[in-house]
Amino acid sequence: MGRRIAIEGSHAISEAVKQARVDVIAAYPITPQTHIVERLSEMVADGELDAEFVPVESEHSAMSVCIGAEAAGARAFTCTSGPGLALMAEIVFIASSMRLPILMVLANRTLSAPLSIWNDHSDAMLVRDCGWIQMFVNSAQEAYDHVFIGYRVGEDSRVLLPVMLHMDGFFLTHAIEPLEPVKQELIDGFLPPYEPLYRLHPDNPVTMGAFALPDQYAEIKKAQDEALKASYGPLLEAWKAWGELTGRHYGPVEGLYLEDAEVVLLTAGSYGEVAHIAVEEMRAKGRPVGLVKLRLWRPFPYDELRKALEGKEAVVVIDRSVCPGGPGGPMALEVRSALYGRRGPRVVDFIVGISGRDVTPEDYIRMIERVPELAQRGPEDYVFYGVKE
Amino acid sequence: MTLGWKEIRPGFVVTEAGSARSCRTGDWRTDRPIVDREKCSKCGLCYVFCPEGAVKEDGQGYYEVDLYYCKGCGICAHECPQGAIEMVPEV
Amino acid sequence: MKEVMAIRFTRKNLPKEELFVSGHRACQGCGEMLAVRLAMKALGRDTIVACATGCIEIVSSPFPETAWEVPWIHVAFENTAAVISGVEAGLKALMRKGRLKERRIFCVGMAGDGGTADIGIQALSGALERGHDILYICFDNEAYMNTGIQRSSATPFGAATTTSPPGRKSLGQMTWKKNVPEIAVAHGIPYVATASPAFPYDLMTKVRRGAEVRGPAYIHIYSPCPTGWRCPPDLAIEVARLAVQTGVFPLYEVIEGRYRINQPKGELKPVEEYLKLQGRFRHLDEAAKTRIQERVREEWERLKKKAQAFPYEE
Repeated sequence: MGRRIAIEGSHAISEAVKQARVDVIAAYPITPQTHIVERLSEMVADGELDAEFVPVESEHSAMSVCIGAEAAGARAFTCTSGPGLALMAEIVFIASSMRLPILMVLANRTLSAPLSIWNDHSDAMLVRDCGWIQMFVNSAQEAYDHVFIGYRVGEDSRVLLPVMLHMDGFFLTHAIEPLEPVKQELIDGFLPPYEPLYRLHPDNPVTMGAFALPDQYAEIKKAQDEALKASYGPLLEAWKAWGELTGRHYGPVEGLYLEDAEVVLLTAGSYGEVAHIAVEEMRAKGRPVGLVKLRLWRPFPYDELRKALEGKEAVVVIDRSVCPGGPGGPMALEVRSALYGRRGPRVVDFIVGISGRDVTPEDYIRMIERVPELAQRGPEDYVFYGVKE
Repeated sequence: MTLGWKEIRPGFVVTEAGSARSCRTGDWRTDRPIVDREKCSKCGLCYVFCPEGAVKEDGQGYYEVDLYYCKGCGICAHECPQGAIEMVPEV
Repeated sequence: MKEVMAIRFTRKNLPKEELFVSGHRACQGCGEMLAVRLAMKALGRDTIVACATGCIEIVSSPFPETAWEVPWIHVAFENTAAVISGVEAGLKALMRKGRLKERRIFCVGMAGDGGTADIGIQALSGALERGHDILYICFDNEAYMNTGIQRSSATPFGAATTTSPPGRKSLGQMTWKKNVPEIAVAHGIPYVATASPAFPYDLMTKVRRGAEVRGPAYIHIYSPCPTGWRCPPDLAIEVARLAVQTGVFPLYEVIEGRYRINQPKGELKPVEEYLKLQGRFRHLDEAAKTRIQERVREEWERLKKKAQAFPYEE
């Protein structure tokens, strides 16, 4: 398309936020998100980005400021990680019920305790049910692209929902990767200014955030749920338009070697890259394996996933967090649920890469070799891969 | 009045400002204020001190209580410098 | 600042419009809702309000009804100052970029004592420090009233609440009221004031000054709650008056760090006159009441010394 530059993943986000002409940025520093906001505050200080940078005193206030700004009709951005998301969580749920199309990059970091700055998906899973559109990105380019896609879909008057991009902390935020930036004129054509359905303004006084009694709350929640499900269509449209604009085509699920694969690995986020290497190695040795990369998390892409897994004997789900005392990994839970009652692959669940522990291609190979042993087990028989005894 | 889920505006926004006016809080009271115009000095303190905004000026400088809203708290009677307002039980 | 301090409400320029309308679900005799009604008269229509969870929010926004004639948003309990900061930042960006017409719109945060002094203090401190052009009003009814009269850090010494009940081992609230106006002053903001609905024109004047001043302003409004304080509803204003006249809740302004006391003339009345009207103090013995009287006098002397040391001069 155009020139390619080498850029740190965090800075690719900053660049995208600038090009998205965001109006208000409110964020609190937390590793590994810090480079995103540091670069943004430089841009604002230099006049490179015309936005209000609000250096809030906590993540809870970061999301609150974003809500206030969006309610006033501004395009708002924030980002956080792990424990910061946990602190923010009360307000995260409110943002989607109030239908305010904030965009947040979650630089995935494990939840405490113990304290750890490293990457897994326990923070993402904490807010699984928050009602936001949620996607896992796999590279700096994808992260950059999805800032524009996210705002366009979220702000669509048929959608009006906040969007969360899951971006693996350190693995994606701190790695230097190639990026093809998109020209500003093209971005402006793809992403027009935000036109809210309702805004706080004296010319048309509205009340936002009224309280609801039991005889009315369920209707409001149903409306929200339907909106999230219905965002699927506009999301496909946005991906299509982006593909036509840039040549980069995205979908809810990506499959590799699905035509002849008998066993597939299923990943979400950056670990898919190493899984891909493992799949290539195994295929070179004649093993019929494939890879499914889940990009869209909410609304969950049932049809696409079922299609990708059709005819497979087993799917090895690479879960990056655990549901203690429950069904092992949340991703395996959802995959099993999608396949329930249908003829489909056995689900094998590995809990992998907790708090950023490295996973090599050999590890994936070993996991696949354990499929015959594990394939008949139930959800409570998940394996915490590689834990030292 | 309850709404079906399709009728609710996105974000359950309420677009009709001041729609609480339809609520007849006057049903709550057990005492009602009676204003004696002979004693009234038109100072307007009853209007200022009513938490409901239920006291209204009648165009001649006197003040009347809107019984649709009056909760019968008695602040107007207590604060009236002329003692022109008396609280009497609702029958 | 001169123009701001020249603002004054009197009977002559009392706005007639009700922007906080009848039909709200407050208790009889609610001093807090009277304060809200008066504050809204002072602010006018070009105002956006962010409100905390609490009495004000609950009585005024039962979906699908609203008592508000101005744009209004409620998000949560502890983040009023952050929400209104966001509204202010959003308007600022949109007006600067030409997407909204330039216009002075007052951004006002409203919260109770719980949502300000306790759970809301972090957000308040952040907003004041960042210097947003906002007005924050704390409506202080001295407890978590909406959830059933539990104590807050603004509950006065000796008061009975459901979580500071008097008993054999306790005389009720065992700590002294947190001085939130002074916390606001410590942030170095341009305008801080205390107000009481018993002095309605003073209250409205201060609210308008706080809104007009450029930068953060904080106003602490004493809000009598007959339900929670156990007094007859018709005494709400009298209690609000006595609180000021006894020095329990002195009226003052702090303008750019300089103090001006607005107390009514005359000696302070004995605190007993204020305490005896309220059931929440009924259990106190003479020793406790003496302690309260001494503390009130001590605080009053301290305030006067501050006003002497840092007087506001026109």
